[in-house]
Amino acid sequence: MATLTYRDALNQALREEMQRDPNVFLMGEEVGVYQGAYKVSRGLLEEFGPQRIVDTPIAELGFAGIGVGAAMAGLRPVIEFMTWNFAVLALDQIVNSAAKILYESGGQVPIPIVFRGPNGAALQLAAQHSQAWESWLAHIPGLKVVAPATPADAKGLLKSAIRDNNPVIVLEGEMLYNIKGEVPEGEHIVPIGRAEVKRPGSDVTLICHSKTVAVSLKAAEQLAEHEGASAEVLDLRSLRPLDEAAILESVARTNRAVVVEEGWPQSGIGAQVVDVIQREAFDQLDAPVLRVTQADVPMPYNKQLERLAKPSAERVVAAARRVLYLD
Amino acid sequence: MATNVYMEALSPTMEEGRVAKWHKRDGDAVKTGETLAEVETDKAVMDLVARADGVLRQVAVAEGQTVPVGSVVAVIAAPGETVGATAASAPPPAPVPSGSGKRETGNVATMTAPAPVVVAPLPATAPSDATRVKASPLARRMAKEAGVDLKLVTGSGPGGRVVKKDLERAPSTAPAPPFPISRFPLPERSAAPYDDVPLTQIRKTIAKRLATSLGPIPHFFLTTEVDMERASEARDALNKQLGDRGKVSFNDIVIKATALALGTHRACNAWFQEDHIRYWNEVHIGMAVAVEDGLITPVIRSADLKSLGEIGREAKDLAEKARNRRLQPNEYTGATFSVSNLGMFDIDQFTAVINPPEAGIIAVGSIVQKPVVLDGQVTARRRMRLTMSCDHRVIDGATGAAFLQTLKQMLENPLAMLL
Repeated sequence: MATLTYRDALNQALREEMQRDPNVFLMGEEVGVYQGAYKVSRGLLEEFGPQRIVDTPIAELGFAGIGVGAAMAGLRPVIEFMTWNFAVLALDQIVNSAAKILYESGGQVPIPIVFRGPNGAALQLAAQHSQAWESWLAHIPGLKVVAPATPADAKGLLKSAIRDNNPVIVLEGEMLYNIKGEVPEGEHIVPIGRAEVKRPGSDVTLICHSKTVAVSLKAAEQLAEHEGASAEVLDLRSLRPLDEAAILESVARTNRAVVVEEGWPQSGIGAQVVDVIQREAFDQLDAPVLRVTQADVPMPYNKQLERLAKPSAERVVAAARRVLYLD
Repeated sequence: MATNVYMEALSPTMEEGRVAKWHKRDGDAVKTGETLAEVETDKAVMDLVARADGVLRQVAVAEGQTVPVGSVVAVIAAPGETVGATAASAPPPAPVPSGSGKRETGNVATMTAPAPVVVAPLPATAPSDATRVKASPLARRMAKEAGVDLKLVTGSGPGGRVVKKDLERAPSTAPAPPFPISRFPLPERSAAPYDDVPLTQIRKTIAKRLATSLGPIPHFFLTTEVDMERASEARDALNKQLGDRGKVSFNDIVIKATALALGTHRACNAWFQEDHIRYWNEVHIGMAVAVEDGLITPVIRSADLKSLGEIGREAKDLAEKARNRRLQPNEYTGATFSVSNLGMFDIDQFTAVINPPEAGIIAVGSIVQKPVVLDGQVTARRRMRLTMSCDHRVIDGATGAAFLQTLKQMLENPLAMLL
């Protein structure tokens, strides 16, 4: 199995899907000549030409709308946003068009479109460019939302997203593009809606996705080393639909959970996960479920404050200690 | 700050308690964990212990008086503190931390048992909260499944919350502590034509429980006579072998044989549970023991897996504890089937009342030498009558009869128990 970066795994998924289906095309700012702001589309213009690798003006609402129209006409567009912070401008097309047309056409017009790009904070990009949007997007019926944490999941989920007949949001991460991991070659599909245990454990479940998977894995190591506690790391991978069965299966074994996410606490993905657990696994719980989120403030620009505002392994360990009654 | 002393629920089914004896008097200094009073519950006499340091005041319940669980029976005043009129009318203490900043936890052993069987701290709020136990949902489920009274478990979680690991420390193996044996006043003979004796807690419980048996439960009875010649010989031989290492009684043999027979007749080893029948895979035999003023059925757990010697020792120990009213709740709950023996009273045969939710009980009569026709010859044989009471909702005639037949065969050929 080849070891690839997350960005190259995405590139491989795009290339394979474009080779497989001539209706697939990529559109966005700097995806062609510049080969992508984060080089995800490297080499694709050369291979597929400007008709299928389309550079756009800086007009998110406009090219998202063109994508929705193309999907209505039968193509399978992949719309790249330079960051999800810019995609807010296109939310009307995503929420009011892409997510609604199948429903409002009485099931006649499917919208097989992918909206993808980096989500959440990188380093010192300040409040307006360091936001995690998953709870905004996962809120909308009619959308599917995935947030891969590893190169293999990035490839497998992007392929599933492109083949899906519904609008699928793929949340990537600027800090993820460079991470490396083994990626199966060729037909590697990760089904949407399936969580994965990234590290098995028996005492507490750390439920996470995207960048917080690495944070949780680090926390699990520290818990094993310093507390002798065995933490299970459950990577949700898909946020809508949510793999409730996997969450419940894990919590039934560990009886305790901490939900970790990059977003803010209010109405976050973790709040949804806690709802599932308290509703369906009430009698399995040995402690209240705790959450680790970004601090409830706009992201500080100051480096130290930014570090403190983000979910960290230390904060996950602290929460896990509390649910394990170690404090 | 004064701390209320509540009548605590000291057994799983206790609704009210009778103060048998005060160990401390009004004005006595008390320390956390010290016994304040002996309380007669529906099952046993238990200690009510102090949950704060201070001075006992406002003793509101006299010896012999019965009050519901959750009632304030006294208060413990901080040294030097004056407290108001009476305990019962005193306002619930405000949830203010005491001057020393020490939390009012009450992780104190009750029933005078050493840890780990300890009582959860009681919230220092209104009396109605006295019986509320904080426990995680999982701990509640585990306690229910294991038949453990959460009130008897110390919570190690925040605010005394009972959590999973508190229940994993199984309490049943703790050695029995010394326990004050209380005397129960018998009515003195007087010139009056009759004496009205108030029902004791245990008598009330017996009345309540057994009235739910013979009335609502459709009983039927099966009797068989067992030849005990070989069992008698085996017992004599065993006891000779054991010497002063204990004795095996006929009752022990009946318990062992019953447990083994239930192993192959699961249909009789069951609980009727209103909307379902719980067929037990474990065999726990309840053994009716007469105690002063009543009876109680301590349980020999997994009797099918224990040797006769073990059963003998355990039965002796449990019977003694029962007579001294020292049984812990986990020692008299959870039987799957019961045995009642009146053989020592020269009773030939009787019918026992089922102990719900169990579905059956065996009544054991005395062993009597009688003339029996064997191979065409009249000979004297030791014989014993067994009568099984069956709950017809669970056990049908043929089912009960098949079980009884196995039991009879085991007793008539004790070597079969080794198979």
